Amino acid sequence: MSDMNKYLAKTVQSIPPSGIRKFFDLVTQTKGVISLGVGEPDFVTPWHIREACFYALEKGYTMYTSNSGLLELREEIAVYMKKKIGVEYSPQREVLVTIGVSEAVDLALRALLNPGDEVLVPEPCFVSYAPGTVLGYGKAVSVPTYFEDEYRLKPEILEKYITPKSKILILAYPNNPTGGIMEKEDLEKLREIIIKNDLIVISDEIYSELTYNGEHVSIAALPGMRDRTIVLNGFSKAYAMTGWRIGYACGNPDIIAAMTKIHQYTIMCAPIMSQMAAIEALRHGESEMRRMIDDYNNRRKIMLSGFKEIGLDCFEPKGAFYAFPSIKISGMTSEEFCERLLFEEKVAVVPGNAFGANGEGHIRCCYAASIKNIETAIEKMGNFLDRHRKG
Amino acid sequence: MNLEKKILKLLEHDAKMSSKTIAAILDKDENVIKEIIEKLEKDKIILGYNTIINWERLGEDGVTAMIDVKVAPEREVGFEKVAERICRFPEVRCVYLMSGTYDLSVVVTGETMKDIAWFVSHRLSTLEQVQSTVTHFVLKRYKQDDFIFEEPEEDKRLVVSP
Ligand SMILES: Cc1ncc(COP(=O)(O)O)c(C=O)c1O
Repeated sequence: MSDMNKYLAKTVQSIPPSGIRKFFDLVTQTKGVISLGVGEPDFVTPWHIREACFYALEKGYTMYTSNSGLLELREEIAVYMKKKIGVEYSPQREVLVTIGVSEAVDLALRALLNPGDEVLVPEPCFVSYAPGTVLGYGKAVSVPTYFEDEYRLKPEILEKYITPKSKILILAYPNNPTGGIMEKEDLEKLREIIIKNDLIVISDEIYSELTYNGEHVSIAALPGMRDRTIVLNGFSKAYAMTGWRIGYACGNPDIIAAMTKIHQYTIMCAPIMSQMAAIEALRHGESEMRRMIDDYNNRRKIMLSGFKEIGLDCFEPKGAFYAFPSIKISGMTSEEFCERLLFEEKVAVVPGNAFGANGEGHIRCCYAASIKNIETAIEKMGNFLDRHRKG
Repeated sequence: MNLEKKILKLLEHDAKMSSKTIAAILDKDENVIKEIIEKLEKDKIILGYNTIINWERLGEDGVTAMIDVKVAPEREVGFEKVAERICRFPEVRCVYLMSGTYDLSVVVTGETMKDIAWFVSHRLSTLEQVQSTVTHFVLKRYKQDDFIFEEPEEDKRLVVSP
């Protein structure tokens, strides 16, 4: 076969392969693994939501919808946003239904970036922001967040990375992979810097419902921030709907219109049956969602107390469904730790550096797993540490 | 919700959940949890622990029947006395007082239909307060106490994902 690499776009070539992918291949080659490496709920979508989809299909809802998504769904989203984050959006002009938050991240970046514009990406973080920036001809600038700060983005650190080219700040709290959150005071401190430097915020709030002590706060709700913020949210995590590929963006009408322009030519619209299911989720999904969140919360506590017992240093993750302990006591790198843990104990966790260089020295452990699996995995990690504890 | 109730909610769904796990979830000392459970058992708030078994999967096929029983209530005690008597039979698994067209719902298990027929004719119908019985045999169980019988519980997710 001839080597066709020379034909590939430079931007695409410049994106490094995903660290998760490499590890995924390793794990799939191993038999009998307990995995805490998953990034999605362990629940199946609640039955009433699945039923709403069957019903839509039976009724013959198999066609395109308007580019922005079904108005009924956008109306429900607007109601939800008002209630959850206290910000009003016009369903006609300020809400766009997308193929998950993944598409919304891409749309927002491409709608805003000119070649060379800089995107501030607090790390460790979800894997798509930096590659999405590169594909939009922008430049991703990693901004470190630290274990000692429970991975909150600190204003004094952010300021150091701002240049005249800075245009967008990504905020993704509750955070994947750290489980960190930003409270109102934390966001208020950032607000001034954002306004002073005329930044636009892409706020990925996909884990907002999975906030365990107290309420999630969106930066869009702070004074002067509504029009500067594109809030992204979706159904994947809160309603256990990852496979439905549905999410949304809310924001200033000019920005939403620009995103819609890209969306209409590249995607056309989100699948109608997923949109119908999403309507059901917003109208009647609250109690099942609460039940799932209570369950995550139980398992969060089990994981945290387990880590304490085996001596893994971890702050209390207050959101999402991940813990991000330090593996310093092993003296290993994240990748080495994860590979050896996989081979020796058949437990899969994800190396922290897969989420940015400063995730090094940590591992991401997902507690969207059965209690039994969590407890067994922690016991095995304890045995592993007993053999490898340094000093 | 108070602590006792929280413990009960957890045990209701998983009787095997260890005190250690419960302690982690509720941020309490394991010994505190153990003491509360012991007290709940002593006070007969926790009556016991059952296992939900899919006997059919083992090839064992017992018989279960639900029997609607009409009863003549008695002066002073109403349905209590006869219900208590029915409870005493070991083949009786559940007894409920019902609203509607009959009074007691009695769930009975046996090895064969004959066993149950014999129980109804010789034990139940012969009680003087019992006026009539209608027996319904269970043909198949799909779900019991939150557990679906045939659904495979495999994890369909990718083992590692972002
Ligand atoms: C922070 C974050 N944003 C976005 C996504 C993707 O969400 P969606 O399924 O809506 O595309 C994920 C999924 O893991 C995530 O963790």
